[in-house]
Amino acid sequence: MSTARPVIARLEAVSKRYGAVQALDGLDLEVCRGEVLAVLGPNGAGKTTSVSLLLGLTHPDSGKVTLFDQDPSARAVRERCGTMLQVSRLPETITVREHIQLFSSYYPKPLPVEETLALTGLSAMADRRYGKLSGGQQQRLKFALSLCGDPEVMFLDEPTVALDVEARREFWDAIRSRVARGTTVLLTTHYLEEADALADRVIVVDKGHVVAAGSPAEIKSRTAGRRVRCVTHLSLEQVSRLPGVKDVSRHGAALEILATQAEPVVLALLSQDPALSDLEVSGAGLEQAFLALTREPRKEAA
Amino acid sequence: MNTIAAGPFSRTARIYFLEIRSEFLRMLRAPGAVIPLILFPLMFYAFFGVMLAHGKDGALQSLYALGGLGSFGVITPGLFGFGAGFALDRGLGWLQVKRASPMPPAAYLLAKLGMSSLFSLIITLSLFAMAAGLAHVRMEGMQWTLLAVTLVIGNIPFCAMGLAVGAWAKPQSAPAVVNLIYLPMSFMSGLWMPLQFLPAFMQKIALFLPAYHLGRLAYSTIGVQPDPALPHVLALMGFTVAFLLVAARGYRLNPPSNG
Repeated sequence: MSTARPVIARLEAVSKRYGAVQALDGLDLEVCRGEVLAVLGPNGAGKTTSVSLLLGLTHPDSGKVTLFDQDPSARAVRERCGTMLQVSRLPETITVREHIQLFSSYYPKPLPVEETLALTGLSAMADRRYGKLSGGQQQRLKFALSLCGDPEVMFLDEPTVALDVEARREFWDAIRSRVARGTTVLLTTHYLEEADALADRVIVVDKGHVVAAGSPAEIKSRTAGRRVRCVTHLSLEQVSRLPGVKDVSRHGAALEILATQAEPVVLALLSQDPALSDLEVSGAGLEQAFLALTREPRKEAA
Repeated sequence: MNTIAAGPFSRTARIYFLEIRSEFLRMLRAPGAVIPLILFPLMFYAFFGVMLAHGKDGALQSLYALGGLGSFGVITPGLFGFGAGFALDRGLGWLQVKRASPMPPAAYLLAKLGMSSLFSLIITLSLFAMAAGLAHVRMEGMQWTLLAVTLVIGNIPFCAMGLAVGAWAKPQSAPAVVNLIYLPMSFMSGLWMPLQFLPAFMQKIALFLPAYHLGRLAYSTIGVQPDPALPHVLALMGFTVAFLLVAARGYRLNPPSNG
């Protein structure tokens, strides 16, 4: 639910086109103070464009962008923001500490460099050059640059892309520790697990507009909650008419069914096909929920 | 270390200091990229100003080569150091990260300009050492000083030119574009051999090349074919402003990275 928390960043009916590509198509987005908002969507959905607009790096064709009720490119606004951009490499011959010192100098009240190093687990490699860091360490340094200014709001564009599972979890902990201090976070991701793990609120974006919004739990409940798999002689058509079925697809001999609840579906399946075999029921992750969400508008459009 | 209660002036000074330090360390730690830029004009001078400068016109040729190759030398850090360096930062996405930060853009540009000027000074002084030591060029102290000042300041329009290329060219192709401009422009501006030896139409084209005007200024300071300075100074200032406008437009229109 949207509460009385003040909105600090806002996109209103924003459209943006790059050549033939309509990156955003009347997108609305609000970030409230203190929340973690995840913008979820497949590649090309418009996530990075949304972040670029909120940072004043590009301008909308139509609609309005405000950050702290001002033009996002104002320096006073930028002093309150930390950013981690997806496509970025830093100069290779500069050390971790030197990079952090430089970025800290841009902010009026930065964290002490040692604290930034400790928060991002980089203390042991403070004097190592960027080019000598592993992929995960490079990612942590970029995160360090986004938090060294002790910002009120952080924009993290796909912060854990290409990290292994363990590194990703460490990263989540680091983000959570900032959130615990009251920092507002907007992060984009195509890892549904990440949105589920971190966000208070999720908006699902596809083809430049919002297809769903709510808490991670709401997003899940709005779509299929359980996954049922079985081998049956029933047709896709017959199964799709069963109670609570959201989506059916064929995988070799088996059918995969997404449903809000598993029990009524299993009951109906068994009564209509007593010869049914290889029955499996599992929880549908956000992954399935997300697929179902983004698939629906495409069906309508077809 | 930084103190928490730093005033606005010392805070700004600290940004500029760290920005310059960062650029300086990048160059110092990757000398492979910059050493050829220094050696190139020196090699040319060894050839044109020392080895080929014999006979009755030898002394004049050594002097002429000092003005021409000095100008050629300070074009290099502007186009390669500043221009291609800017394109590189753009290609990395690094520029975009800095742009999204509260960094004052002037700090970044000034740091790059500072490095380019430092390199211009190193190239100029190295050429002076060769000219005085190996080619036995003799001039008044005032002339050496004036030439050095002309060359180091004369590097600025080429920083602006490099910035314009860096803002428009694809980051990967910027060094190639710079090369395509650099050698023909130097040749056609009379920096390698006097313009009189080139066809008349090429002498006319030279008027529209910034390197020609820098060359004329450099030659005048050392008394070779002296020319009134003002038209050349104005031309260089005009080029600088034009290149900056082109750069600003390119920077606004072209996404700084492919993201």
